[in-house]
Amino acid sequence: MTGADRPGRLSRLLVANRGEIACRVMRSARALGLSTVAVHSEADAGSMHVAIADHAVAIGPAAAAQSYLDMDRVLAAAQGSQADAVHPGYGFLAENAAFARAVEAAGLVWVGPSPQSIDDMGDKERARALARAAGVPVLPGSDRFAPGVPLDAVGAAAEAVGYPLLVKAAAGGGGIGMRRVDEPAALAAAVESTQALAQRAFGDGAVYLERYVARARHVEVQVFGFGDGRAVHLHERDCSVQRRFQKVVEESPAPGLAIDRRDAMCEAAAALARAQHYRGAGTVEFVVDADGGEFYFLEMNTRIQVEHPVTEMNTGLDLVSMQLRLAAGESPAPARQVDVRPQGHAIEVRLYAERPARGFLPATGTLARFDLPAPTDDLRVDCGVRAGDAITHWYDPMIAKVIAHGATREAAIDRLLEALSAIVVEGVETNLAFLRRVIGHPAFRAGAVHTGFIDEHRAALLAP
Amino acid sequence: MPIIEVTSEITGNVWKIVARPGERLEEEAPIVILESMKMEIPVTAPEAGVLLEVCVLEGSTCSEGAVVARMEV
Repeated sequence: MTGADRPGRLSRLLVANRGEIACRVMRSARALGLSTVAVHSEADAGSMHVAIADHAVAIGPAAAAQSYLDMDRVLAAAQGSQADAVHPGYGFLAENAAFARAVEAAGLVWVGPSPQSIDDMGDKERARALARAAGVPVLPGSDRFAPGVPLDAVGAAAEAVGYPLLVKAAAGGGGIGMRRVDEPAALAAAVESTQALAQRAFGDGAVYLERYVARARHVEVQVFGFGDGRAVHLHERDCSVQRRFQKVVEESPAPGLAIDRRDAMCEAAAALARAQHYRGAGTVEFVVDADGGEFYFLEMNTRIQVEHPVTEMNTGLDLVSMQLRLAAGESPAPARQVDVRPQGHAIEVRLYAERPARGFLPATGTLARFDLPAPTDDLRVDCGVRAGDAITHWYDPMIAKVIAHGATREAAIDRLLEALSAIVVEGVETNLAFLRRVIGHPAFRAGAVHTGFIDEHRAALLAP
Repeated sequence: MPIIEVTSEITGNVWKIVARPGERLEEEAPIVILESMKMEIPVTAPEAGVLLEVCVLEGSTCSEGAVVARMEV
């Protein structure tokens, strides 16, 4: 692309991230004629995202808290390298409103939603209230209960939420401090033990209750807002196949979901984005009752998502390019909902450095060999490591994403299986064999996905 | 009463110690929460018993196979 196509206000982009997403953001930036600046920790000095960037700035030691999460160092790197915009990727500082404000206060362009949107959606209770106000159904839940609250008050709230329910730490995340309660007799003990654990782990003993959907699917809707009250949805992704509360397989369209439900969910997500005057790429997550089909708002992620390539493969859009153009003051296409026309089916799997047979615990080591299939129009591999790289305990265990597209779901599955059989990893344990079994499993082929899929088929998926 | 060693299955940083020496623990009760590869992973009691000692410090690095705690079971 020539300089004439470059988004007007931008010329140099700092990517405040590492790994595959840093590489992927830089690819779109370069296609738009922007020069790129990488930041890196000491452990990442020789990594792929540093190698492909036009400029690189060391920002501290391996520990993310002192490098990728250190707002001052990242901002100083942006200013010192004369970057005029900052893209946060996902994770690290991507949903940190204070960082977004600091970037804007420094006179740089923040490639993301407004700090206000990040704040609003980052607060679980405020997000639920905003969703409800926009007409989006939310999961029945209770107020917070600090330690010492009379248990009869909690019992009354539990009756209102309904059993089975989850007792969740208000300050928690990632599944720590979460207990399932099936009947009133078990409530008091679960509340007290969760409060005690939350107090010690998070310094905040408050818990709340939330309806538990026994057979749940996780379906999310990609939205793109223009910051002025207009927004489009780019259809849904089913991300039900999970382990340790992290996604393993994502696909679009969601298999077997009634079209009227799907349309209602997508429209609800777009309505929420419009109501907020949302700016840029975001994802509205829903829990869907696999049996009844009802859907409930879970949360909104105010950033580009790991699984965004699924949507890109189906729609032909480049979401990062759209983010950059919007940040530069342009109005990127597609401006209207009728212009969004997804084709076929796309499935992504996440290749993790981990040991599935040992509870999916993360694995570390050095990649002695790492062979990937060649990309085509219907096969994409997003990756931030290569042979010789060390996979350390400091960062995320995901080493690559493999995305296959086909005219039908069957065709996408076959193409993905073929791609997975061409991958060779040596030196680090991964979930590669496990992924082949998931995608090849008759229940997956039948579209019978739900968040308990891996547990349900554990014997077949984890056999030695 | 036998004494057992509770070991870490992964390499990570010790994020929080969530049980205290002398405390009676159920099987699978968390003792320490490690942070590894952006995940918080609990090291839990392999069986019910009394926690005698936590052998790691918050903020320190813990290697795979390292003894995290001792319990009387």
